[in-house]
Amino acid sequence: MPPLWAQRSYTTLQLREHILLAYIAERLVKAAFILIAILVLNFMLIHAAPGDPAAVMAGEAGAADEKFLQDLRIRFGLDQPFTVQLWTYMKGAIQLDLGYSYRQQMPVAELIWERLPATLLLTMTAFVISVILGVVAGVLAAQKQGTWWDTVISTFALLFYATPLFWFALMASLLFSVVLGWLPGFGYETIGGNYTGLRRALDIGTHLILPAMTLGLFFTAVYMRMTRATMLEISRLDFVKTARAKGLRNSVIQRRHVLRNALLPVITLAGLQAGQIVGGAVLTETVFAWPGIGRLMFEAINQRDYNVILGVFFVSAAMVLLFNLITDLLYGVVDPRIRITK
Amino acid sequence: MSDFWFRYCKNRGAVIGLIILVFVIACAIAAPFAFPRSPWSMVQRPFLPPFEMEGLLLGTDALGRNVLSGLFHGARVSLLVGLVSTIVALTIGIPIGACAGYYGNLVDDFLMRFTEFFQTIPSFALAIVLLAIFQPTLGYVILSIAIVSWPPVARLVRAEVLSLRNREFIEAATLSGQSNLRIIWHQILPNALPPIIVLASLMVATAILLESSLSFLGLSDPNVMSWGYMIGAARTVLRTAWWLSFIPGIAIMLTVLALNLIGEGLNDALNPRLRSLEK
Repeated sequence: MPPLWAQRSYTTLQLREHILLAYIAERLVKAAFILIAILVLNFMLIHAAPGDPAAVMAGEAGAADEKFLQDLRIRFGLDQPFTVQLWTYMKGAIQLDLGYSYRQQMPVAELIWERLPATLLLTMTAFVISVILGVVAGVLAAQKQGTWWDTVISTFALLFYATPLFWFALMASLLFSVVLGWLPGFGYETIGGNYTGLRRALDIGTHLILPAMTLGLFFTAVYMRMTRATMLEISRLDFVKTARAKGLRNSVIQRRHVLRNALLPVITLAGLQAGQIVGGAVLTETVFAWPGIGRLMFEAINQRDYNVILGVFFVSAAMVLLFNLITDLLYGVVDPRIRITK
Repeated sequence: MSDFWFRYCKNRGAVIGLIILVFVIACAIAAPFAFPRSPWSMVQRPFLPPFEMEGLLLGTDALGRNVLSGLFHGARVSLLVGLVSTIVALTIGIPIGACAGYYGNLVDDFLMRFTEFFQTIPSFALAIVLLAIFQPTLGYVILSIAIVSWPPVARLVRAEVLSLRNREFIEAATLSGQSNLRIIWHQILPNALPPIIVLASLMVATAILLESSLSFLGLSDPNVMSWGYMIGAARTVLRTAWWLSFIPGIAIMLTVLALNLIGEGLNDALNPRLRSLEK
């Protein structure tokens, strides 16, 4: 039997499908390995904390008397050998059991689950804003290279790139909420507003603008610079010259030939952004009192609630992983060259 | 060297960046002489606005501490953390990247998976976790920033080594009987240095941003005055005394901006070939 691809009935389309499937499978396996590694890291961090892990888990729960600690040790198998503990921990985590928060008197997974939608809404909005704003501004700057458009956009990109996110959050809420009074400066929705349906969505939307803009700020700058640079770089390549020689209109060349290729690095960056944006959420949510997992983490830091801190860390890492997986797959679909060279 | 300076100075932004950075460094050095009293000590009534009292140019904060003194002393911390954590990140990243690129195969696979892992996990969240678990002393702040920022170094060094490994002068060095370690250290790394220097200058900027974010959250050394801490402490009085958060933020922004500009200038000066391609 010749290999599958050598059989006559095997069409190019099937071949393509197989390569794509193999690519997806490879990515999935890789993601699974990283997830396991994160769990091991998480587990080791609990044990790396100075002192007794039972005491760490109890936090400053106040109830840290010897009997309580002993209960904890038995309950979490801390009297067992290290490997057994690791196994129990991983089994629990895969079933989404992330431990118990003695501060909040609630399972960590439940706490995170409650707060996750707000964070997803915020991070996704920030992501979309930064991509659209960044790419549009970058294209504009590239097309008007050397004009004052370019100067203004590039200067702003440079400034945003250097602005601490939490400081920008404070200044934005001061300006737009306190001084101008245009937008609400904190919270998820108007307290006591009791809105429903569309009114509620609108209310949440207005609360969302400032945090999402802030969180997307840094990456807006990154996308601007990136898009501008790649557009200019690609404009110099031979195939663009050919298109020009062929007599295509400049707008068509820019759109179809240049922008299309310039978008590829944006997708790569999007994968990187996921990690940053989740970290940035801690700062943004803290300043704007946004009830997501970032703020949960901040509260947990102040209370030294280790289980919650590590739980949020795990979930955010898993989120990043998922996001990376999506961008990887997207990349594989958009650019066939990737699948074959990898 | 003069050629280097010539190319560097052709980038006007880079010159401005250098001037700002030199100024910040001067502030950091001058801090203990200009403000011998601890930046934590109370000097006047609280909430003294800027430009109102002789000798207290930027006024006082919520606890009557001298804001200008805080800025000067904060410059020390920002620069120190930025510089040292970058050095630590380089000492982690360079060997990993060099080994991965030079030895290839299994070593490369293993080291790169390791690097990818650290690149995947959200770096700021990891830094928070590390500092929440260990003591928030300056040493740990530096270490955790280094731990989350070395992966790009490793990847860059690996790529550089890969492109240099098969050059003739490396073959010559191998034939002359030099050991692998010696070849990496004396032949390859010096040639890979320019992009590493550029990356390092940008990393210092990122590290300063990270440090300020961490101290804003209260995860830095509680005994050290830093810009991030000043903003975090002024957060609750944002409505009444906005300048207390505004001023240190400008300090952070200018310093980071300066370092980014310098990075670009170094890139222009150290990669002349790239520059001519762009023209």
